Amino acid sequence: MKKSLPPLVFVALLAGLPLIMKDNYYLHLMILFLMWVVIGSAWNLIAGYTGQVSFGDAAFFGCGAYTAGLLATHLGVSTWWGLALGGFTAIAVGLPFGWICFRMRGAYFALATLALNEVLRHGATIAEDFTGGMVGILIMPSFMSKIPYYYIALALAVASLASLQWVVRSKPGYYFVSIREDQDAAESLGVNTHLYKMLSLAYAAFWTGMAGALYMNYMGFIDPNVVFSLHDISIMAILVGIVGGVGTVYGPAVGAFVMVAVQELFRSGFFGLFKWLGAVSGSASLVKVAEVLTQAHVLGFGILVVVVILVLPNGIVGDWPKIRKRVFRLDAGA
Amino acid sequence: MAYFQIDKLVKYFGGLAAVNGVSFEVGQGEIFGLIGPNGSGKTTTFNMISGYHRPTSGRVLFQGREIHQLPTHKICHLGIGRTFQVVKPLGRMTVLDNVIAAAYSRTNSHHKAKEEALKTIDFCGLMPVKDVLAKALPIAGRKRLEITRAMATRPELLLLDETAAGLNPSELVEAIDLIRKIRANGTTIVIIEHIMHVIMTISDRIHAINFGQTIAEGTPKEVAANQAVIEAYLGTDYA
Amino acid sequence: MDVFLQTLVAGILKGGLYALIGIGMTLIMGVMGIINLAHGQLMMLAMYVTFVLSTMGVDPYFALLIAMPLLFLLGVAIQKFLLNPLIKADTILPENQVPMTVGIGMVLTEIVRFIFSSDYKYITTTYSNQTFYFGNISFSSALTIAFVIAITFTVAMFFFLIKTDLGRSIRATAQDKDAATLMGVNTGRITVITFGLGSGLVAAAGCLLAPVYYIFPDLGGPFTAKAFIITILGGLGSTVGAIFGGVTLGLAESMGATYFGMEYEDIIGLTIFVLVLLFLPGGFKRLTKI
Repeated sequence: MKKSLPPLVFVALLAGLPLIMKDNYYLHLMILFLMWVVIGSAWNLIAGYTGQVSFGDAAFFGCGAYTAGLLATHLGVSTWWGLALGGFTAIAVGLPFGWICFRMRGAYFALATLALNEVLRHGATIAEDFTGGMVGILIMPSFMSKIPYYYIALALAVASLASLQWVVRSKPGYYFVSIREDQDAAESLGVNTHLYKMLSLAYAAFWTGMAGALYMNYMGFIDPNVVFSLHDISIMAILVGIVGGVGTVYGPAVGAFVMVAVQELFRSGFFGLFKWLGAVSGSASLVKVAEVLTQAHVLGFGILVVVVILVLPNGIVGDWPKIRKRVFRLDAGA
Repeated sequence: MAYFQIDKLVKYFGGLAAVNGVSFEVGQGEIFGLIGPNGSGKTTTFNMISGYHRPTSGRVLFQGREIHQLPTHKICHLGIGRTFQVVKPLGRMTVLDNVIAAAYSRTNSHHKAKEEALKTIDFCGLMPVKDVLAKALPIAGRKRLEITRAMATRPELLLLDETAAGLNPSELVEAIDLIRKIRANGTTIVIIEHIMHVIMTISDRIHAINFGQTIAEGTPKEVAANQAVIEAYLGTDYA
Repeated sequence: MDVFLQTLVAGILKGGLYALIGIGMTLIMGVMGIINLAHGQLMMLAMYVTFVLSTMGVDPYFALLIAMPLLFLLGVAIQKFLLNPLIKADTILPENQVPMTVGIGMVLTEIVRFIFSSDYKYITTTYSNQTFYFGNISFSSALTIAFVIAITFTVAMFFFLIKTDLGRSIRATAQDKDAATLMGVNTGRITVITFGLGSGLVAAAGCLLAPVYYIFPDLGGPFTAKAFIITILGGLGSTVGAIFGGVTLGLAESMGATYFGMEYEDIIGLTIFVLVLLFLPGGFKRLTKI
């Protein structure tokens, strides 16, 4: 029971956060962070634990988002139904797909997930009558305040982490890792590798779909290029996983925090630091720096991707001993 | 009806016959040796028994039931365990976790799986290294882990693929002891082995193949004296 | 009938270029076992090189001689300094290299956007819109030249892989890296050369495409997607497969555009991809075994 204390304290702190933090901007970032905890953990289960790297998480994210959006536009029901159904839609898309792909080993799954996402993105674009095409879907948000969304996101994040924790410590968790480590050996130990890969995919699809449905509810607007985005969703999910630590329970949570913060750091020009400096000092060159930085935020993000993978291949949690040694000059063994 | 039987097993890879009509029967409780020079088709035979390859023709029967069309994991659940010649440890899991993963084949409860795993680790003598990562084990440890893991699936029939290769003399003695202990426990064993001294000591009967075909079968003494076996191993000049 | 033939010709001409794009990808995939998600971005870069040279009065076909070596060197640098270090690192996922290529692709795209902005650029040459007729069928001059050059490169690549020592080393590495290392092949060097070659080939495709296509920073992504569809169609690591895959995709796209409508052009490739995955896992390689 002692072990579960720090996470509980942490969750309690997060639950109390809106009481202190009234600023909508930071609350927005926190909601994004919690959403990425859900997506990152889901990716981590299938990629980090089962070893089947998905490059198309956006496919499941988009399924969830569109489930919520389409229910609202066509049936006129609340988008919150999407939160109940989004995960299952993603499973319904994911399972037949996995059944085909998992027959083959190697890079096929990774490639096929990429393709699945592209198919769905084009599909959503072309089927204008059904999905609204490029125009997307716009709904009225249920709440004006961000606080309810914050708590829903928090609940999802906690539930997904708790379920991940439970899964990796039980039979499926052992089977997932043994598939990652050696598929032949796993088969010889009685693991139905095809079935367990599908289970792992279903889990990942479910939670990613839930996150998508949350996104639809919270943002109130989706279009194919937003929710089926390779860079902003699929690759971001991978980065969250890698930055935090592949194959660790809390890694993606750390990764989500770092990635959302860093992305925002670039997007906002270091939270307006240079702009402010420029305004204070009256230096035109600093204002210029601020402009350039904001313009080049995707470039900065790209460079970050390269540097992170090069320097921390196992992520912050996975490479923690290395970081401690280098940065804090502490002996990892101590 | 034999306890375990393979019947005219044939496997072609492309146009090449790796196994070409091998048949043998194994009685319950036996230690049955399978020998032959490199590339003679021993491991391919194992792979067909354990479901990694589908035979081109022929049958595999376990307790009277045809199993050669079953997937590997089902064969494991039927009670046939195996080790790999090229060891396949689950590298980034501890020895204990490796064995727990195997023990899960008979239970869904973590508690029971762990209990079974610890019992098997103790039986196979890996207790001192149970918390070591599998990839960090020396070769003797990995070979033993292969056996331990297979045993944790509680097999009635155990297929051992060159578990003695690469071991030093004292490790060899331990390996032989372990195999005998497993048999004494009631498990039937089919063993592939290159080290003649090992296979001749522990086998009840030996089946020799070359170029995918049977060349001799009998007690260790009979096989060792068999002309065809000597030729296959040493070449015709020495025969 | 004429419409059909016209579509057929357009598809095959486009297919030649696709083959050139696919062959670079399949080489990298075969040797390194990874997908290079910066492949289209490398092509985009070559197109901008061609564009810059053309503003200085250099003909796109001549620019090919400059862009290819440049991109070869860039590919070598990428593999040597960014991808190979990842192989040595002890990580849980060997696929770390793939997100790395995504990062590289993003950096390339954004650097280009930074310099040239997102505006569409055109290279106008005397032959950009020129066509000639063969019966009732029109042939775009630029595409026809591109087709001939692309096929020349592809065939040359094929013989290079089969006949030369270096080519054999590349194929050996693709088949079994460990065995190749044991046979004395410096696989580290081979991966570097292969990535260079792949980049050079896709650069050639970029130069050939430049006179007849818009040039903008984001065109990399769609072409990366095409490259991997071609590779899956042909079978991972198969050169002959890449040629078949390229032509098949080219044909399918132009047939789709003619008979279903332009907006279906992209989804056709993906549909083929799914069909191949379903009914011919392993691609054309399964049929030809090369």
